[in-house]
Amino acid sequence: MPGTITEDIEIIDAGHGGGTGTPAGGDDDRDSPGARRPVPPRAYFTALQLGLAAIVMFFMALASSYIVRKGLGTDWQRTPMPQVVWFNTAILLFSSVTIVVARRKLESGARESFRTWWSVTTGLGLLFLAGQIIAWRRLAAAGMLLSTNPSSSFFYLLTAAHGMHLAGGIFALLYVAFREWKRSRISQATAAELTAIYWHFMDGLWVFLLVLLTVGR
Amino acid sequence: MVTHEDGGGHGQHHPPSGFIRKYVFSIDHKVIGIQYLCLALFSVFVGMGLSLLMRLHLAWPTAKWFFFKGGLMTPEQYLALMTMHGTIMVFMVLTTAPQSGFGNYFLPIQIGAADMAFPVLNMLSFWTTFLSLLVMLAAFFVAGGAPIGGWTSYPTLSALGEIAGPGQGAGETLWIVGLAIFCGASLMGALNFITTLIDLRAKGMTLGRLPLTCWTWFVTAILGLLAFGVLLAACILLLLDRIAGTSFFVPGGLVITDQVVTWHKGGSPLLWQHLFWFFGHPEVYIAILPGMGVASHLLSTFSRKPVFGYRAMVGAVCGIGFLGFCVWGHHMFISGMSPYSAFAFSILTMTIGVPSAIKTFNWLGTVWGGKITFNCAMLFALGFVSLFVSGGLSGLFLAQPSLDLYLHDGYFVVAHFHLIMGVAAIFGMFAGMYFWFPKMFGRFLSEGVGKVHFWLTFVGVYAIFMPMHFLGLAGHPRRYFDTTAVVYLAKLQPVHVFISIAAFITIGAQLLFLFNFFWSLKAGKEAKEENPWHATTLEWSIPSPPPHDNFGGLEPVVYHGPYEFSVPGAADDYIPQHLAPNLVRKA
Repeated sequence: MPGTITEDIEIIDAGHGGGTGTPAGGDDDRDSPGARRPVPPRAYFTALQLGLAAIVMFFMALASSYIVRKGLGTDWQRTPMPQVVWFNTAILLFSSVTIVVARRKLESGARESFRTWWSVTTGLGLLFLAGQIIAWRRLAAAGMLLSTNPSSSFFYLLTAAHGMHLAGGIFALLYVAFREWKRSRISQATAAELTAIYWHFMDGLWVFLLVLLTVGR
Repeated sequence: MVTHEDGGGHGQHHPPSGFIRKYVFSIDHKVIGIQYLCLALFSVFVGMGLSLLMRLHLAWPTAKWFFFKGGLMTPEQYLALMTMHGTIMVFMVLTTAPQSGFGNYFLPIQIGAADMAFPVLNMLSFWTTFLSLLVMLAAFFVAGGAPIGGWTSYPTLSALGEIAGPGQGAGETLWIVGLAIFCGASLMGALNFITTLIDLRAKGMTLGRLPLTCWTWFVTAILGLLAFGVLLAACILLLLDRIAGTSFFVPGGLVITDQVVTWHKGGSPLLWQHLFWFFGHPEVYIAILPGMGVASHLLSTFSRKPVFGYRAMVGAVCGIGFLGFCVWGHHMFISGMSPYSAFAFSILTMTIGVPSAIKTFNWLGTVWGGKITFNCAMLFALGFVSLFVSGGLSGLFLAQPSLDLYLHDGYFVVAHFHLIMGVAAIFGMFAGMYFWFPKMFGRFLSEGVGKVHFWLTFVGVYAIFMPMHFLGLAGHPRRYFDTTAVVYLAKLQPVHVFISIAAFITIGAQLLFLFNFFWSLKAGKEAKEENPWHATTLEWSIPSPPPHDNFGGLEPVVYHGPYEFSVPGAADDYIPQHLAPNLVRKA
C-alpha cells in the first residue's frame, strides 16, 4: 500500500497494469524502461470531454443567469421567436445525420463520398449560422435589440455564444478536410470522430438553448 | 483504415534550435513552467509594490510623498492600488506560480511523461496569460487610471462606467477584458494538465502511486476547468452591461454621483455575486491546494517517513475540491439571503474543516518521530502548515452567519484570507523553489541566505496579519482610505503603524530571496548528484537540469509508491519509485 511502511518488502507490488487500464501504445509486456510511446489518440478524446465539460459550465452559468434574471420579474418581456429559427434547427439536426454518413464513408474507404458528405455538413453549418444572423435581423427589425429587454439580451447572447462555438466546429470540419494527416499524431478518421462528437454536442446544446428560449421565456 | 494511426516519429519532439524557439515560443513544458514562474515573480513584486504604497499611506495618512501628485494619495488612488494589488496577486501569482509554474515543470516528469499531452496548447496558454497580464497592467496607463472596485468588481459600480469613479471607465473595461482572457488561458492549461495526468502516466504509475503534488495539481486543474468558464460568462455579462446597455446586474433608479441612472433597469447585482463567488471560492483552493501537495511531499522527504495516511490525504484533497463548489454563499451572508440558505452554506463551509483537519493531523503524523532535516525547503513547508492552521481557524469564525454579520468587510477578513490564501500559498511556492531549484537549474539556493529569508518572512507575516484580526474585532472596516477622523478607529492608528513597519521589513526580506535566486543561478553550489535530497519521485532519477524530453527517449517504469522512506529491510532509507524490486533489498 502506498504511503505506509511495508513490513515485508516482498509484498511491494511490481506494478503491472500501467498508469491506466489500456496502454498508451506499443507493447505493454516489458518490465523495464522501454522506448517512449507516442501520445495516445485517446488523450484527444479525454481532452475533448474536458473541453465539453468546460463549455457546459459556461452555458450553465448563462442559463442560470437567464432563469434568475427572469425570476426578478418586473421588466421581463417575452421575445418573439423568429420563424427562421425553426428552419435553422432543422438544418442543424440534419447536419448531425450527414456527419454520421460522412464518417461511415470514411471508415469504408469511400474517400470521395466522404468528402461530399463532409462538405455538405460544413455547408449546413454555415447555413445555420447565416440563418441565425437572419433571425437577429428579423428581431432587430421588430425593434428588439440587444439592450431592449433582458429577454432579448439573453436571446442575442445565447445565440451568439452558441454560434461562436459552432463556428469553432466549422473550423474543425475544414481542418479535418484540408489538413495533411500523414505526419500527424492522430489519423484523419480519429480527427473526424472527434469533430463529429463536438458537432453532435453543439447540436444538443442548441436544442437545450432553444427549449430555454421558447418554453423558458 | 485510411491512414495509419500514429505516423512518423512523434513520441518525443526534438530539441529546438534557435533562441526564439528554445526560450520564447518554446513548447517544452519545463521552459513554459519557468516562464510562468518568471511571470509570477514579476507580478508578485508589482503586487508587493502596490501594497507598500497602501501601507505607507495607512500608517502615515497625512505625510507627503514625492511620488504622488501634490504629495498626497487620493482616495481613488488608494482604491486603485487595492484593486490591482488583489487582482495581480490572486490571478497572476497565486493562480499561476503554484499550478502553472511548478505544475507545468514537474507534473509530466513526476508521472514519467516526456511533455504535456498538448505542447502547443501549453505554449498558447502561457502567452495568453501573458497577454492578460499586459491588458490588466495597461489599466494603469489609460485615462482615469486603474479600476477602483476591488478584485471582486461588484456591480453596480463596476457596471456603470466613469460616473462611478475615475478608474471605472476604460480601466475597468481593460480589467474585465484582461480577466476574460485569463479565463481562456486557465481553461487551456487545466485541460492540458488533466489529460496529461490521465493518459500519459508511465507504466506502473497507478493513481495510488501518484505523488501528492500530482494529486493536488490534478484536483486544482479540475477546479479550474469547472470554475473559469463560469467567471468567463460573468465577465461577458458585466462587459455587456457596460458597453451594450444591457441590464443584467444594474437595477433601475440608481443615483450615482448626483446622476440618476435611467439607461438600466431591473437587474440584480447579487447575480454577479453568485456567479463570481461560484468561481471565487474554488479559486481559493486553486491557490492553496498545490501548496498542500508540496508541503505533504516535503514533510515526508525531510522527515524520512512515509506520508501518514496517503489515501486519507488523497481523499481530503478531493473532498476539499468538491466542497469548494458548495460553499460560495458564505461570501454573501450579508447580502440579505434567506437564513435557511445561510445555514446550509454555513454547515457546508464548516464541513471543509473535516478534510482540512485530516490534512493537518496527517502532516503532524508525518513529521512525528521522523529524522527531520531543518533545511530551507523543510522550514517553508512547516511554515505552510503553521499558516494554514492560523488562517484556517479564523475561517470557522467567518463561517458563522451571525458572527460574519459583524466581521464581514472588516480587517478580520483581510487577516483571514491573507494568511490562508495568500501567505500560506506563497510559503508553498518558496518550499517548492528551495526544494526543486537544484533540479531546475543544477545549483542550490544558498541555505544561509535562505534561512534569514525564512525567519524574517515567517515572523514578518505573522506580525503583519495577526494584529489585523484585532483591528477587525474592534470594528475596523476594510478598503477605507483614511480612518483617522473616526473616533473609535483613530485610537487604532498605532496598530496600523506597527503593521506597516512589519510589512516594510517583510517586503525587504523578499529582496534577499530575489538576490538568492539570481546569485544562485550563476554562483550557487553545484548540484552534482541527480538526487541530492535522497527523494523518491521520478524527477530525481534524471539529470539536473533535465534533458529536453526528460527521460532521454525512454519511458520509465514505476514499481513503488511515492513515499517509501525508511522501509525495513531496504538497502537505503528511501526507495525511488523507479527502482526495480530486485534492487531494493539489502545486499
